[in-house]
Amino acid sequence: MAARWNHVWVGTETGILKGVNLQQKRATNYTNISTLSRDQEICAMCWGYPPESEVLLGCLNGTVKVFSTEKEKFTEFRDCSRGEGPFRGLATYDSSLITCVESGLLKVWKEQTDHAELQVGPGVCRMRQQSDRMERVATGGKENELKVWDVQVSQGPVFTAKNVRNDWLDLRVPVWVRDVQFIPASDKIVTCTGYSQVRVYDPNTQRRPVLQMTYGEYPLTALSLMSDANSVVVGNTHGELAVLDLRKGKLLKCLKGQAGSVRDVQCHPSLPLVASCGLDRFLRVHHVAEKRLLYKVYLKSQLSCLLFTSRDNWEAEEKPLGEVTVKEEEEDDDKYIGPKFLLAAGERELREKDNDSKLTECCKRDNTSKILGNKLFSNVLLPENLENMIGNFKLNTKIISDLLNHIGHWRNNKLTC
Amino acid sequence: MGPKREVRKRPEPEPEPEAEAEPQFPPHFNVSEIKNKQRRQMMYQRLRQAKRKEQLAAKKKRQKEREALGDKAPPKPVPKTIENQRVYDETVVDPNDEEVAFDEATDEFSSYFNRETSPKILITTSDRPRGRTVRLCEQLSKVMPNSHVYYRRGLALKKVIPQCIARGFTDLLVINEDRKIPNGLIISHLPNGPTVHFKMSNARLSKELKRRGKEPTEHVPEVILNNFSTRLGHTIGRMFASLFPHDPHFRGRQVVTFHNQRDYIFFRFHRYIFQNEKRVGLQELGPRFTLKLRSLQKGTFDSKYGEYEWVHKRHEMDTSRRKFHL
Repeated sequence: MAARWNHVWVGTETGILKGVNLQQKRATNYTNISTLSRDQEICAMCWGYPPESEVLLGCLNGTVKVFSTEKEKFTEFRDCSRGEGPFRGLATYDSSLITCVESGLLKVWKEQTDHAELQVGPGVCRMRQQSDRMERVATGGKENELKVWDVQVSQGPVFTAKNVRNDWLDLRVPVWVRDVQFIPASDKIVTCTGYSQVRVYDPNTQRRPVLQMTYGEYPLTALSLMSDANSVVVGNTHGELAVLDLRKGKLLKCLKGQAGSVRDVQCHPSLPLVASCGLDRFLRVHHVAEKRLLYKVYLKSQLSCLLFTSRDNWEAEEKPLGEVTVKEEEEDDDKYIGPKFLLAAGERELREKDNDSKLTECCKRDNTSKILGNKLFSNVLLPENLENMIGNFKLNTKIISDLLNHIGHWRNNKLTC
Repeated sequence: MGPKREVRKRPEPEPEPEAEAEPQFPPHFNVSEIKNKQRRQMMYQRLRQAKRKEQLAAKKKRQKEREALGDKAPPKPVPKTIENQRVYDETVVDPNDEEVAFDEATDEFSSYFNRETSPKILITTSDRPRGRTVRLCEQLSKVMPNSHVYYRRGLALKKVIPQCIARGFTDLLVINEDRKIPNGLIISHLPNGPTVHFKMSNARLSKELKRRGKEPTEHVPEVILNNFSTRLGHTIGRMFASLFPHDPHFRGRQVVTFHNQRDYIFFRFHRYIFQNEKRVGLQELGPRFTLKLRSLQKGTFDSKYGEYEWVHKRHEMDTSRRKFHL
């Protein structure tokens, strides 16, 4: 099935990449199990070029694999094994790849041999890239304070955080930065620590954290910013997911369900959804405002990272392609199935032009649809702005003109050959 | 005593099928509305007796019908049990699943199942154990071959573990004691394996068992693991299996059973003898106890900073009486 329609991409500890389509409630493996081994455990994932059509996976043995969602297979394998330890962060910058391993070696891999290297300190737990200014990355780890680096500047970090004051017993507060996120549209950074603290840093004001709060008694392992940038979702090793407010430093709500350590959390950029995956082998998607568990998918291996696509009109992709049919020529023209299906059919036809077997298979599934020439359409009422939407999809001109002709046909009378 | 009898007839539990046809239907009347305790008790007893009589009559009628039908009788309906009604669990392992097979072939127990290592167990308790726990440890060490009991002299487990690894132990068993009875069990698989925490209840020593056999011998026992069907159950089952050496001595006729039912794991140690093809005699030998899983943590014992693979959360997981996790 089309890998591009998957909503969430999940990486596992056994090295399998899984794509989950939540609307159709289907999860598919995109890795061949017979060639796997434990040293291909996926440690880090990020989007490639162009964003959301390529997935980059960093494996334990140091290879970075590139998976293309269009072609549904791995297109490239790069050996980026320098330094020791698993990957702690992957990012793409300006057609080059930035990797950071646990021993602290942050390396920019370019096509030519002009590799830049930075030492960020040992014991790194996370490296993340700023979404506004792609050349900046933040790193942090165990006894390794938060540092913001500029990849083009190799002298030292742009910003180094300072540890908080000694506690009430005058003891040094230990440092263990587990996850870092940049707050968009500003320079601020929010981190979560293994000592269950969440801290907000503002490089423009001071080096010590601007806000600090504690949640729970267990180490926080994952952090994600909500779309409104005022709250964060954190997960800890006990499977507790909490939404915390960054303005006042308070707990807003807890999302229940996770039974094992939360390995990765991500919020959807526009919808109020949060996806979380963990060691209990389940992927859960919660609705934040209602605190409800919307989707729970069992993926048989322990999950270590996830990527949430940012498509937001899921209702339009509602039913799976096989069900797009039609009930004979009835009067219910208000079965609006939506433009995406139609265009998906057209695109499918693009890819499988000469593949008649695929077409006949599709025909068998929907008996009542008619085949016009080489195209497979079903009896739907098209929206008026279909022409606009066609422009956004890559169809060749012949199909577009045929489509528009048929639109004319359909508007006048119901579907005829 | 006459006056204690109420004038009203005993209430009908459900309306008759033709309730609409009878306008004068007696109002619903609950025995609990009678304020007088003696009268209320008497009415309740009469209600119960009447119900019982009805049930027996219905049963007799059904039996008669069954006999009357003879061979054509419909099969007896299967009574519903909680195990029958168990909520469908999607994590139940399919034996043909290759992803799970790969996961299990490369997990922390794979070195045991590939016959590369054989178990060496260290049994200890929480600090300052009392008599029952000490004796339970000794009996457990007789059940498990190649096990050693050490007295816990207030040592921290995190410091014990590197020493165990250095001396080649594969498993660490800690029996926790509270108020002179053992109530918890922690099993930590050593090189870097998972740590399991159980709640232990109903621990009985050998001498408290009725009809027990003589002392267990040095033969390696067989292991029976019942009902570990889900993925979590598989992990726990493999952990138990890796506590015992591979090749059991069938001549010793001793068997250790870990039976999982409704998320409780029952540990029994028996000696069996086949009297003929179909009948087996059993003698219970060693200690018996019941375990309930509380948490499964990845990595060796580290309750504060370790990552948990599964934690029992009572309010979220125990909402349905028909949902089990193991």
